[in-house]
Amino acid sequence: MKSYGKYIVEVENLTKKFGDFVAVDNISFNVKKGEIFGFLGANGAGKTTAMKMLTGLLSPSSGNAIVAGWDVEKNPEKVKLNIGYMSQKFSLYDDLRVSENIRLYAGIYKIPGKEIKIKINTLLEELGMQDLRKKLVGDLPLGWKQKLAFAVAMVHDPPVVFLDEPTSGVDPITRRQFWEMIYKASADGTTLFVTTHYLDEAEYCTRTSIMVDGEIKALDTPENLKQQFEVDNMQDVFVKLARGL
Amino acid sequence: MNKTFVNIENISKFYGEIKALKNISFSVGEGELFGLIGPDGGGKTSLIRILTTLLKPTEGRAEINGMDIVKDFKKLRKIIGYMPGRFSLYEDLTVEENLKFFATIFNTTIKENYHLIEDIYSQIEPFKNRRAGKLSGGMKQKLALSCALIHKPEILFLDEPTTGIDAVSRVELWEMLKKLKDQNLTIIVSTPYMDEANLCDRVAFMQKGEIMEINPPETIIQEFNEPLYSVKGDDFYHLLLELRKMEITKTAFPFGDSIHLTAYNNINPSELNAMIEERMRIKTETQKISANIEDCFMAKMINTE
Amino acid sequence: MKAFLAFLKKEFYHVWRDPRSLLILIGMPMVQVILFGFAITNEIVDAKIAILDNSKDEVTQEISNKILSSKYFKLYEYLSSKDQIERAFKKGKIKIALVFENDFSQKLNRNENPKVQIIADATDPNTATTLINYISSNILDYQTKYLKNKSGGLEVVSKMEFNPQLKGVYLFVPGTITIILMLISAMMTSISIAREKEKGTMEILLVSPIKPLMVIVGKVVPYISLALINAVTILLLGVFVFGLPIRGSLLVLMLEIILFIITALGLGIFISTKVNTQQDALLISLMGLLLPTIILSGFIYPIESLPEILQYVSHVIPAKWFLIILRDIMIKGTEFGLIIKETLILFGMMMFFLIISIKNYKIRLE
Repeated sequence: MKSYGKYIVEVENLTKKFGDFVAVDNISFNVKKGEIFGFLGANGAGKTTAMKMLTGLLSPSSGNAIVAGWDVEKNPEKVKLNIGYMSQKFSLYDDLRVSENIRLYAGIYKIPGKEIKIKINTLLEELGMQDLRKKLVGDLPLGWKQKLAFAVAMVHDPPVVFLDEPTSGVDPITRRQFWEMIYKASADGTTLFVTTHYLDEAEYCTRTSIMVDGEIKALDTPENLKQQFEVDNMQDVFVKLARGL
Repeated sequence: MNKTFVNIENISKFYGEIKALKNISFSVGEGELFGLIGPDGGGKTSLIRILTTLLKPTEGRAEINGMDIVKDFKKLRKIIGYMPGRFSLYEDLTVEENLKFFATIFNTTIKENYHLIEDIYSQIEPFKNRRAGKLSGGMKQKLALSCALIHKPEILFLDEPTTGIDAVSRVELWEMLKKLKDQNLTIIVSTPYMDEANLCDRVAFMQKGEIMEINPPETIIQEFNEPLYSVKGDDFYHLLLELRKMEITKTAFPFGDSIHLTAYNNINPSELNAMIEERMRIKTETQKISANIEDCFMAKMINTE
Repeated sequence: MKAFLAFLKKEFYHVWRDPRSLLILIGMPMVQVILFGFAITNEIVDAKIAILDNSKDEVTQEISNKILSSKYFKLYEYLSSKDQIERAFKKGKIKIALVFENDFSQKLNRNENPKVQIIADATDPNTATTLINYISSNILDYQTKYLKNKSGGLEVVSKMEFNPQLKGVYLFVPGTITIILMLISAMMTSISIAREKEKGTMEILLVSPIKPLMVIVGKVVPYISLALINAVTILLLGVFVFGLPIRGSLLVLMLEIILFIITALGLGIFISTKVNTQQDALLISLMGLLLPTIILSGFIYPIESLPEILQYVSHVIPAKWFLIILRDIMIKGTEFGLIIKETLILFGMMMFFLIISIKNYKIRLE
């Protein structure tokens, strides 16, 4: 296990260019252990590209980023092993059973065979899904699927978890239950990196950053952001920023 | 309400074992902006597809402007404007070519109906020679809306037009819908975002193939009859867990920067705050508030379970 | 009508703006013909030969030497038994084997017509024929020179392994045309309709007043043109580069080609009514159409040599009838009167596919 300094994610002048197009323009920020870091921005603002660099999928054009103690450019494989990732679009295999999905990811993240069985049991117990272990994931309601996907992303107890629009399309109660899982993980010391289009969720974050045209235009606690922009909710902060006011 | 434009009677839709819609009935008036609000899997898309003649209902019937959605589908297809859930234009055609194509297959021209789409289309007109696939999310949405409006439909269906697009584009889209409504166009729109319900004349809460409630948003909010409080304080997560343990608490959910608490009986907010502060030993701030649409939706979900 | 033209224009845009596919569609047929063509006409150098000489007398020695001295052959080994030949073929060590009967020169002197057997690997039939022809002519040449005054002769027995009914060299052009037309017409139309379903644009088309028949015809027209261009290119290449004859009527030939294209398009539309994704359309076209076309049409394996069941199956393969028509017109120069039966069968198939696809075309999503 690597030891980290004060910050678990350190980003310094990170830039990504595709030809002439600057998708991510010189962004810098640090994330502390246990923080819930909101990563907001309009479509095409560069969120996805930045996420891809931080998860080791894309190498930066310049600048650097240390995630969970590893440099994303020099050791992308180490980064991948030490983070969890959940995306709204894909995470679980619909044609595998609940327990098979957990086993698969446990295997991918190199959890020893003996521990996997225990892991599956504790995980299902925590989710209250013991009766569903033999069910195909495709047959689960969306809310359950998302909870399971989150648990699976954390199966190897990573210090950092990236959540890409995790609550898209679920009902308001399930959405809140999901956030409670995020709080719990944060209280247990996991760092969470979250993107969302629900701006009330931006309020649940410890700190929130807002990207516009490849740059981070705002980064602070929701409280301070609202003060700074003299509005009373994050939706208005976002709209003000994106419209360039 | 104006004259009835859409009338739905006992519609059900089954896919094998799965019941996507269970006995839905309601009507929509001419020039109304009607919202179908609910999470994915609630049956919104199935209902819209049935009304746009793309699917046949398993049971029940529906009429749009006096025409049956099954028997008169050919006539209906001339007066319906439809924007499906995902971007459904030709990405290898330019903005203008797409619009021209849809105008022509509806036997009209851009020129003839330009005034209808001017507000929206003028925003993307500078990019009319760009391929649709290269547009940003918000611009794609504007193009799709222009294409759905170019034949001067009498009714417009939009299936989750704001899902997956950013807050700015969402605001803009609703501004456009408002303007269209003012031109007396009947609009049926679905969305998973509760806050958008406020912008509709009436909304239907949909959950698991059923309609939990249909009413104007103001009525829904007025009818919310549980005492509701907002609680603010540090250590959000523990505060939430502790609030749930209190006897007076019926539900407690995070809501933006505060926690919304519904209580079993009416209590003075300062009294409640004192209870909480004593329990938590931190400073909190409690206010009595009136519900928003999302509070109402969640209360409905909990009460129907 | 205006709506139809708009639809047609859109379809041409789709084809035109996908340069990669377009390049493959236009380029592939040409490359295929050229490859086939040159693979067949190319000279053969250093083909491995094995000789089983059961006599080892001066006549067999002399014939062997004469053959081995040419640039066409290279000796693999002198063998000592028949089994070795089989083994050498199976291992792919040799292309051809030569077997001399025992007591060769004595039999020759006694006018008993001794036998030379030539065994060739006909998995590559064209090379095999060339080699056999070459050896046969060498032996016959030897015979005329050496045995001028004798009344007897020797007998050359050649045997094709693996493909006993070897067909002529130029058959590849009709075969290639058949496959290319099938591929472009059926596969591309089915994919192009499936793409509309996959991308969701079909939903909007369905909700619009455009008629199903317009959508189908609009989808078909660009690919008819593309397929025709391909057919003509292949024919031109065949005629001018490889000297392929077109002995029958050019007009009849073109009409038959159009008939086959429409049949294949009908099949493509039919496939597209049954699938929802491009991937399914591609898979079904490849497995369900292309393979049977190659295997059961008589292009590679003569129909008569197929197992009986497959021979029956081949009757429902449009390509089989089209290939007969093509070969008859191009190579034999057959009059139209003699291919009416095949033409009618093809026409029937075309009507069948068109009717069921229009019947199956859904006016709703399910």
